[in-house]
Amino acid sequence: MKIDSIESKTIVIPIENIDTDQIIPARYLKTTSMDGLGDALFFDWRYNADGSLKPDFPLNQPGATGAQILVAGDNFGCGSSREHAPWALLQFGVRAVISTSFADIFRGNSLKNGLLPVIVPPDIHAELLHWPGLMLKIDLASQTVTLPGGRSVEFPIDSFAKQCLLNGVDELGYMLQQEAAIAAYEARRVGSINTLQ
Amino acid sequence: MTPNGTAAKPRTIVDKIWDSHVVSQQPGAPALIFIDLHLCHEVTSPQAFSTLRQRGLKVRRPDLTIATMDHSTPTTSRDLPIADATGAAQIAQMEKNCAEFGVRLYNRMSDHQGIVHIIGPEQGLTQPGMTIVCGDSHTATHGAFGALAFGIGTSQVGHVLASQCLLQTPSKTYEIRVDGQLRPGVSAKDIILAVIAKIGIGGGTGCVFEYTGPAIRALSMEERMTVCNMSIEGGARAGLVAPDDTTYQYLAGREFAPKGAEWDAAVARWKQLPTDQGAPYARRLVLDAGVLEPMVTFGTNPGMGIPISGMIPTPSAATDPIERSDLEKALKYMALEPGKPLAGHPVDVVFIGSCTNSRISDLRAAAAVMKGRKVNSKVRMLVVPGSQQVRKQAIEEGLDRIFRTAGAEFREAGCSMCLAMNGDQLEPGQYSVSTSNRNFEGRQGKGGRTFLASPLTAAASAIAGAVADPRTLA
Repeated sequence: MKIDSIESKTIVIPIENIDTDQIIPARYLKTTSMDGLGDALFFDWRYNADGSLKPDFPLNQPGATGAQILVAGDNFGCGSSREHAPWALLQFGVRAVISTSFADIFRGNSLKNGLLPVIVPPDIHAELLHWPGLMLKIDLASQTVTLPGGRSVEFPIDSFAKQCLLNGVDELGYMLQQEAAIAAYEARRVGSINTLQ
Repeated sequence: MTPNGTAAKPRTIVDKIWDSHVVSQQPGAPALIFIDLHLCHEVTSPQAFSTLRQRGLKVRRPDLTIATMDHSTPTTSRDLPIADATGAAQIAQMEKNCAEFGVRLYNRMSDHQGIVHIIGPEQGLTQPGMTIVCGDSHTATHGAFGALAFGIGTSQVGHVLASQCLLQTPSKTYEIRVDGQLRPGVSAKDIILAVIAKIGIGGGTGCVFEYTGPAIRALSMEERMTVCNMSIEGGARAGLVAPDDTTYQYLAGREFAPKGAEWDAAVARWKQLPTDQGAPYARRLVLDAGVLEPMVTFGTNPGMGIPISGMIPTPSAATDPIERSDLEKALKYMALEPGKPLAGHPVDVVFIGSCTNSRISDLRAAAAVMKGRKVNSKVRMLVVPGSQQVRKQAIEEGLDRIFRTAGAEFREAGCSMCLAMNGDQLEPGQYSVSTSNRNFEGRQGKGGRTFLASPLTAAASAIAGAVADPRTLA
């Protein structure tokens, strides 16, 4: 799940508050694996009732083939905590989403899977929404998005998440290395830790 | 005073819970915080158990982990098999995972089974001052007890199973103060729908809500749970209410609540939790409960709500072009005309249930409206208790007979029609009045259209066959 830079044209879905029920409807969460989720991505927006593609949906347009950057409206990924949403985006081929803000749980889930949530200022965002298919370069080390003409803009990212993505750090492994501290906490805890037994 | 004699910095309840759960703080990394209670369900845990298996890890604290089945679990009679093969396989996998890893599971046949956010409080598992997580965004429900409770993704479910900890950065505290007193026919659900309509569904991003003020203090525990439950619909991962006597009275004597001397010690600790005078909030919203009306949503996110006497907004009045197009898109999906009232709009289905409104007090409120009345002949009404315990209580009180006599279905416990993955769902084009928490496109079934409202409004609408103001049914 290492990321350094992503160079791709964009797909644009110019809608605000895209919730994770749209990204992947609940009926596709009955799986116990991660297989096949990319096919269910944006299912109800992407397919007609007879299973054919809706030609006007951005993911179905010819320019979307191979695109790795999705540009979407404000507050992307709100609603349900389902991690199937970033899994489905990644399986479809999306490696970064650009917006003006992300819902907290979606942002956290994305970073844990190597899907980059990129926040840009409203003026740049408006330009990106207006011009689907722009070729962008996203560089994680310098935290920049570069537009075709060379203009670039910085984006914020949590420094720990950045190091994990750049170096491929396994977060659970990092946590388990702190076993001694966890055991010490359990021993020094003021007040009981409730137990079910 | 601190040991060195300086005045202690005033802290919010969120700061206090955070401070007492920091396991370690490494430079350049988020804090490692300890999790007191981990709730699991069948939909967001299987891949986490697979991770444990692949890495040869155990569940570190099975004694702090509890599992149930609710999301993909049908609400049909328990003596029937599960019709949907994929759902059945997921449920079978949950049994297998819990058995293999030693996690206590309240399965489909258990009298403790129910929606994960209903059973925690009802069994006394949810207690003040705790950190509580679940792979579900409505975990904020448990905040009603003064716990820091929030939803996590499946990767983090794996982290908590393996380490009982999470890497976290602190959130800002956002005070939502509700002054005044609710008028008859207006409920906790209307408070939270009004809050979300005010701040929008991204308004609390990066924050934890602390609900304060006399109107919140006056709420029962079950009503506080309804308010906290929908914190995520305002963008906040967590929302809480500081504990008070209402909290302690609710908890005392419940199965997993402390007993005897341990209870006294716990209450003494819990009384230290409320926010100190002068503690700074990052943001604040003040609302007057006395002016609220029953609320109902008209659009495709929970922030698109209006008072029941209000009119559907007109997109052309929106100044921001994206806001305008989102409103147009929502009204097109809902097939509603701007400028018209929502009250009186025909409905096909009424759903009383979900982790927002499926507790005994919700069923009692709905039954009080239904008693001696009939569900409109054009309406299908589902009443789905949040847990087997709620169901049992409702039957003891004769509420099931009131619902059935009125022509409603009284089903087994589960998430049911909140999210259309267990067989209970809307048909394309149908309208529902629903006591659940989300009105997103297709949330209750592909092509279905949802009006979110309180149990009182839902019951009144079932009788009228249209969106109805419960105050007209006195």
